[in-house]
Amino acid sequence: MSKIIASAAINGAYKIVNMAENKWKMAMDKYGPNQDVAFPETAYYLPIIYGILGIPVSKLSHMEKVFKICRDLLPEPVYKDCHLPYLGPVLDAGMATLFAEEMMEAIRYIEEPDFYWPEEEPPEDKLWLGAANDIILRKRGIEFVDGTAPGFAAVVGSVPDNETAIRIATELIEKNLYVFMCAEYNGKRFAEQLKESGIQLGWPVRLVPFGPDIYQAVFALGFAVRAAMSFGGIEPGDYRRILIYNKDRIFAFVLAFGYVNEEWYANAAGAINFGFPTIADTPIPQILPTGICTYEHVVSNIPHSEIVSKAVEVRGLKVTVSKIDIPVPYGPAFEGERVRKEDLYLEAGGAKTISCEWTTSLPLNEVEDGKIEVIGPEIDELPEGSAIPLAIVVEVAGREMQEDFEPILERQIHDYINYINGVMHIGQRDIVWIRISKKAKEKGLKLRHLGVAIHAKYHEVFSNIVDKVQIKIYTEEEKVKEILEKAKRVWRHRDERLAGITDEEVDTFYSCTLCQSFAPNHVCIVTPERTGLCGAFSWLDCRASNKINPTGPNQPVKKGRIIDEKYGQWEGVNEFVKKASRGTIEKVSVYSLMVDPMTTCGCCECIAVVLPLCNGIMTVNREYKGDTPCGMKFTTLAGTIGGGRQIPGFLGHSKFNITQKKFLQAEGGILRLVWMPKMLKEEIKERFIKRAEEIGIPDLLDRIADETIGITEEEILPFLQEKKHPALELPPIM
Amino acid sequence: MSEKKFTTAEERLKSQEPQCGFGIFEICCRNCSMGPCRISPFDDGPKKGVCGADEDVIVARNFLRKIAVGASAHSDHGRAVAETLIKVARKEAIGYEIKDEFKLIKLALEFGIDVKDKKIEEIALKVGEICLSQFGQQEGNLIFTKRAPVKRQRIWSDLEITPRGIDREVVESLHRTHMGTDQDFYNLMKQAQRCALSDGWGGSMVATDLQDVLFGTPEPILGRVNFGVLKDDYVNIIVHGHEPLLSEMIVVASEDPELINLAKQKGAKGINIGGICCTANEILMRHGIPIIGNFLNQEMAITTGAVEVMVVDVQCIMASLPEIASCFHTKIITTSEKTKIPGAIHVKFTEENALEKAKEIIKMAIENFENRKKENVIIPESQIDLVAGFSYESIYYILGGRFRASYRPLNDNIINGKIRGIAGVVGCNNPKVSHDEIHIKLVSKLIENDVLVLQTGCSAIACAKAGFLDSVKGLNYAGKGLREVCEAVGIPPVIHMGSCVDNSRILMAATCVVKEGGLGDDISELPAAGAAPEWMSEKALSIGQYFVSSGIFVVFGVTWPTLGSKNLTKYLFEDIEKEVGGKWAFESDPDKMAELILKHIDEKRRKLGIDKARERILYDMAMRRELE
Repeated sequence: MSKIIASAAINGAYKIVNMAENKWKMAMDKYGPNQDVAFPETAYYLPIIYGILGIPVSKLSHMEKVFKICRDLLPEPVYKDCHLPYLGPVLDAGMATLFAEEMMEAIRYIEEPDFYWPEEEPPEDKLWLGAANDIILRKRGIEFVDGTAPGFAAVVGSVPDNETAIRIATELIEKNLYVFMCAEYNGKRFAEQLKESGIQLGWPVRLVPFGPDIYQAVFALGFAVRAAMSFGGIEPGDYRRILIYNKDRIFAFVLAFGYVNEEWYANAAGAINFGFPTIADTPIPQILPTGICTYEHVVSNIPHSEIVSKAVEVRGLKVTVSKIDIPVPYGPAFEGERVRKEDLYLEAGGAKTISCEWTTSLPLNEVEDGKIEVIGPEIDELPEGSAIPLAIVVEVAGREMQEDFEPILERQIHDYINYINGVMHIGQRDIVWIRISKKAKEKGLKLRHLGVAIHAKYHEVFSNIVDKVQIKIYTEEEKVKEILEKAKRVWRHRDERLAGITDEEVDTFYSCTLCQSFAPNHVCIVTPERTGLCGAFSWLDCRASNKINPTGPNQPVKKGRIIDEKYGQWEGVNEFVKKASRGTIEKVSVYSLMVDPMTTCGCCECIAVVLPLCNGIMTVNREYKGDTPCGMKFTTLAGTIGGGRQIPGFLGHSKFNITQKKFLQAEGGILRLVWMPKMLKEEIKERFIKRAEEIGIPDLLDRIADETIGITEEEILPFLQEKKHPALELPPIM
Repeated sequence: MSEKKFTTAEERLKSQEPQCGFGIFEICCRNCSMGPCRISPFDDGPKKGVCGADEDVIVARNFLRKIAVGASAHSDHGRAVAETLIKVARKEAIGYEIKDEFKLIKLALEFGIDVKDKKIEEIALKVGEICLSQFGQQEGNLIFTKRAPVKRQRIWSDLEITPRGIDREVVESLHRTHMGTDQDFYNLMKQAQRCALSDGWGGSMVATDLQDVLFGTPEPILGRVNFGVLKDDYVNIIVHGHEPLLSEMIVVASEDPELINLAKQKGAKGINIGGICCTANEILMRHGIPIIGNFLNQEMAITTGAVEVMVVDVQCIMASLPEIASCFHTKIITTSEKTKIPGAIHVKFTEENALEKAKEIIKMAIENFENRKKENVIIPESQIDLVAGFSYESIYYILGGRFRASYRPLNDNIINGKIRGIAGVVGCNNPKVSHDEIHIKLVSKLIENDVLVLQTGCSAIACAKAGFLDSVKGLNYAGKGLREVCEAVGIPPVIHMGSCVDNSRILMAATCVVKEGGLGDDISELPAAGAAPEWMSEKALSIGQYFVSSGIFVVFGVTWPTLGSKNLTKYLFEDIEKEVGGKWAFESDPDKMAELILKHIDEKRRKLGIDKARERILYDMAMRRELE
C-alpha cells in the first residue's frame, strides 16, 4: 500500500461512510426504522455485510449496528511524516467502504425502486442492472464452477473513445471473463460507451452494467461473496474463508480507467481484501509486493493495448482460449448474444424452415478428418434476409468411439456454434434455430465456418475418443428432409435405449465432482435412474466423460454390496462419498429425501422439501420466484442446503429426475408429490403423465397443488383432501 | 557544572586497560579455594588447574555460569510479573489492572484452563499460578516449549535439552559448575542450552506475555528518541532499568492532576517522563513515551543537568550513577530490594504500595525542580521520530487488517525475494567500541541488502537514533525490494519488538513465519539470523544461546568468551549446528558481520529452493480446483 494510496483510500472511505450514514439517517426519518430493506430476490440480504459480518440486514434499523462497525474500522488518517503501518488499517477502511455502499444501495432500492432493471438484460431505455438476483447468481455461478468463466473484470470509469471500449470489452470476453461495469470518468462510463456503439449488454453476453457510480462496485463484490456462500458452502460471518475462497477461486480484478479519486481507491482497497488487484491506465503509485492478492496489488500506467493481458497476468490467471480459424471472435462469452431481426442476414429453422443437427459415428476409413462440405448454396450465394433449410451432419470416427457417446457430442453443437460471435443458436436435434448476423457476414463468416468450429472443438474437447471429424452442411430442402428422416430414426433408438437402462442392471455408477471447485465437500452420484441434480449430466454422459477424461470429475463408483434397496444405499457408494467429501458425508441414499439424502452444490434445478402437515413432499424449480408451502423461496432453500450440506427433508434434484422411476422411491415416489409450481408442472407435463399412467394414476398431476391453490400447507391441504391425493393415504412421512 | 568530579564508563574502561588476558580468554577459574588457577595460552605455562581441569572445562564452566546468570536475570523478572498478576487477581495490587483480557483468555485456553463462566480475576489467578509454577517445576517440559514448531520440539527432546523448570535449570547449572562436578565441556554445553531455553521459552516468555496481560499487548505506536526529548521547562523524570512494573506506575502517577498542578506551582510546565534502557522500551511500546537513550547514555543523561530524578529498578544500572548525580541536582532513586546502590535514595517499591510510592517519587522530583541550576542545563537538541509497538500478535493485523490478518505477505515476500531474509539484531552497548556504531553499521548494511531487521533492547534504541525506525526516513536506508514491501505495509525497515525479555517475541514471530508455511518446517530452515554486535551483559549470552538452540545462526561482536578453548569454540561455532540447526559466530567488524549473516541467509534460501527468481504461476481451472 503506497502511502499516497493509503491516505487517499482512507479519505475516500470516510467520505463514503459519511455519505451513507447521512442517507441512512434521512431514510430513518422518512421511512422509520421498521422499513424493509433488501436487494431483489436474494436469500443473502445485503450480501457483503451478511457474508463478512454475518449480520442479516433486513430493516433500516439493522444498519445502525453496521455503521458502528464501519466507524470502528475506519482508521486514523496517515500522518505525513513518520506514520504508523497502514496496510491493515487501509484494508479495513476498504471493507467499511463496501459495507457503507451496500447500505446506500439498499436505501436506493427503497427510494428509487425503478432505478435498476431487475432482469438479465437492460431494455432500450435503461442501462443499469443493479444487484444480481439469486437466479442469475446460480445460472452464472455454474459457469464459474465449470470454468467456462474463470472470473470477472470490474471495469470502472471510461476509456478515451468507444473503439477502445469495444476492443477492451471484446478482449475480456474472448478470455471468457465477465465484465462488470460501474463509475464515471470524464463524463463517460464504459457501459455507456459500449451501448453507444450498439453493443448488446447484459448477463447473457457477460457485459454487465451494474451502475453509474463507483458505489455500485459492491454489486460485483457482493456477487463474489454470494458465490463463496452459495457454491463454497461457507457460513455467513466466516469472513476469512469467504475472502480466501475468492482469492483462490474467483479470478477477478479491477480495471481502473481514468483518474483514480479517493473513492475509487477506497473501493480498490475493499477489493484487495478479496485478492482482487487493481490495474490502472493512469500513472498512480504501484503496490508490487505480494501477500493479500496472489501477485501484485496495484499495477499502473498500462496502455490500453496491453491492459487486459497485463491484468490477467497480475491476477495469475491462465486462460486457455481455443484458437478457431474463423473470421469472427469465438468463445463462451458470445453464447448469450442475440441476433435481432434488423441485424439478421440469414436464418434457418425456428419454425420457418426445416433444420436439424446430428452427430453420428462411422468407421475410421469412412471419415476424412477436417473435410467440411457445404452441399447447396453458401451464405454469399444467398440474399440478405434469407431463411434456408439446414442440416448439419457431423461424422466422427475414433478407435475409442462408442455409439453411446454420439448424443453427448451432438449436444455440444449448440455451444460450439453459439460461441461464434454473430451467430445465434437455439435448440437441438430437429428444433434447431440458427441466425447469422449481417456483421458476421460482412467479416467473411460462411456456413462452412460452423463446421470449422465444430471440428476444432471436437478435437480439443474429445481428443480421447475422437480421431477424425468431418462435417456436411446441407442447405437444399430435399437433402435436409432426407437427413432428418435418418436422424429421427437414430434419435428414437437412442431415447429408448437411455430410458431402458436401470440401476439394477449396471454395476457401476458415476460420481460428479465438477462443482467441488466451489463446493469442496459435495459429490454427486449419478445413476442411470438418477441424473445429475444440475440436469446436465446423465449416467451415460458421465460414463462418456470418464472415458474422455479418465482422471476428471466423473469417476466410476463400483456399487458394491447393497445395504438397503429401498433407500438406495450401497457399500461402494458410501465409501466413495465419504472419501470424496473429505469425510464430511458418511452415507448417502440415492433414492431418499428423509434418510441420508444426497447433498447439493447449489446448482440443482429443483429442491424437494418435506411438508409434514400434508404427509407429502413439494418441489420447486429455480425459475419460480414466489413463496412455497415450506415457507421458503427457492433462493432461501438453495442457500440453506447448497454447498454440500446433508439435511434430511431437503433434496436437490434435476427436473428430468422427477419422472425417473427411482425418484423419491424410499418415500413413495411421485405419489408423495403434493405441490409444484405451475410452470414446472407445464414443463414436465408430457413425461409426468406418462409416468403417472405407469403407476396407475393417470390424473396425478391434476391432484398436485400449485401456487394458484396456495403457498402454505394449510392452504393446499383441503385441495389435496378434495382431490384424494394418494400421499394422504401413505404411511406417515415423519 | 562547576568542576568535574566524576568519571564515565569510557574513562573507567581506559583506566582498566590493559584488561586481564586470562579473563578475556576466560581461562581462569576461581570456583574453589585451591585456586585461583589459570591455564596458560602459551606453550610453556600450566595446562591444568589444581583439580586437573583443562581449558575446555574451565571455559565451558565459565560460559555456563554466565548463561545461568543471564537466564536468572530474565527469569527473576518474569517471576516478579507472575507474582504481580496473582496479586492483581487477588486485588492486592492497587493501581494495577488487567489491560488485555483477550490475551489472558488466550493464555488460559493454551494452558487448558476452563474459562467458561469464570470471572476474569479467577482466570488471571489460574494463569498467574501456572506461570509461577514454571519456575519451581521439577519435571516435564516448560509449558511454552509447546509453542515451538513440532520439529523443533522433537530436536530438543531427542537431545534431552527441553527445559524442565526455570529455577531448576539455573540451580543445576550452578551445581554442575561446582568444583569437581561436570568435567565434560560437551555435557556442560547441553546444560547451557537447556538453561538458556528455560529463559527464552520460559522466564522471558512469561515476562513478556504477562506484562502484555497487565499492561496491554503492544500495537504500533509513534515515539521519539534522543536527548532532545528532555524538556528544559518540565520536571524531567528518567526511568531506567528493566521491569515495567515500576515504570508503568510512574506513568500512571505522572498523569495525576494534583501532581501536575504541583509541578506547575513549582514553576514547571508539567511532568516529562523519559526512558533509558529496556524500561524505556517497555513504556515506549505501550505508551509511546519518549526514549532518552540506551545503556551508554545513562551517565550522559544526568550530565544534561535537566533531570530531577532518575528512578531505577534492576539490571544494567551503573554503580557510578550516584557519584555523577552528586555533581548535579539529580536524585537517584533505587526501588528494588534486589538493587541498592550506596549514595542513592531507596524507596521500597512493592505491588501493594506501587501507586503511592510512584507518586512519592514524582513528588520528590517536582520538589527537586527548583534545585535545577539553569546554568548547568545543556540539553542536546537532537531527537527523531520512530515507530515501535510491534508484537508478534500485532503483525497479523498489520499485514492484513481485521479480515485478512496473517503472516502471508511476509512469507510471500521472503519467498519472492523482495525480502532476502530476517535478522534479529539485539543486545547491549559496550564502551569497548564506539557507542552504537556497530549496531548502526550492521543494521544499515543488512537493510540495504533487503534484510528485514527485528530489534529489541539497546540495539533498537541505537537504530532509532539513526532514524532506521522512522517509517519515512528509514526507507532511505533500505534496499529496493525491502523498501517496496515497507512502503506497501507502511512500516520502517527495522521493526522494534520491545525490551530484552521481549526477544521471546522474536522467537514467536519466527514460529509464526514457520507456521504460515512455505519456508520449511522449523525455525532453523528460515533464511534468518541473529546478532548482538555490542553485547556486554550475561543476559546477552543467554539470549544468544537460546536463539542458537532454537535453530538460529547468531553472531556476536566486540569480544567472545570461549576463545581460550579451541574445542569448545569449534563446537559452538561449527559442530553444534548439526545438533540444533543453529550455531554461534564471532566477528567484530560490522561489515564482515553482515556478510556472514547474508551468506547464511543465502544458503538457507538455496536450501529452501527460493534462491532463484521463480516463474509466475498462472492458474487454470484444474489448478484452482486443487487449491485447498
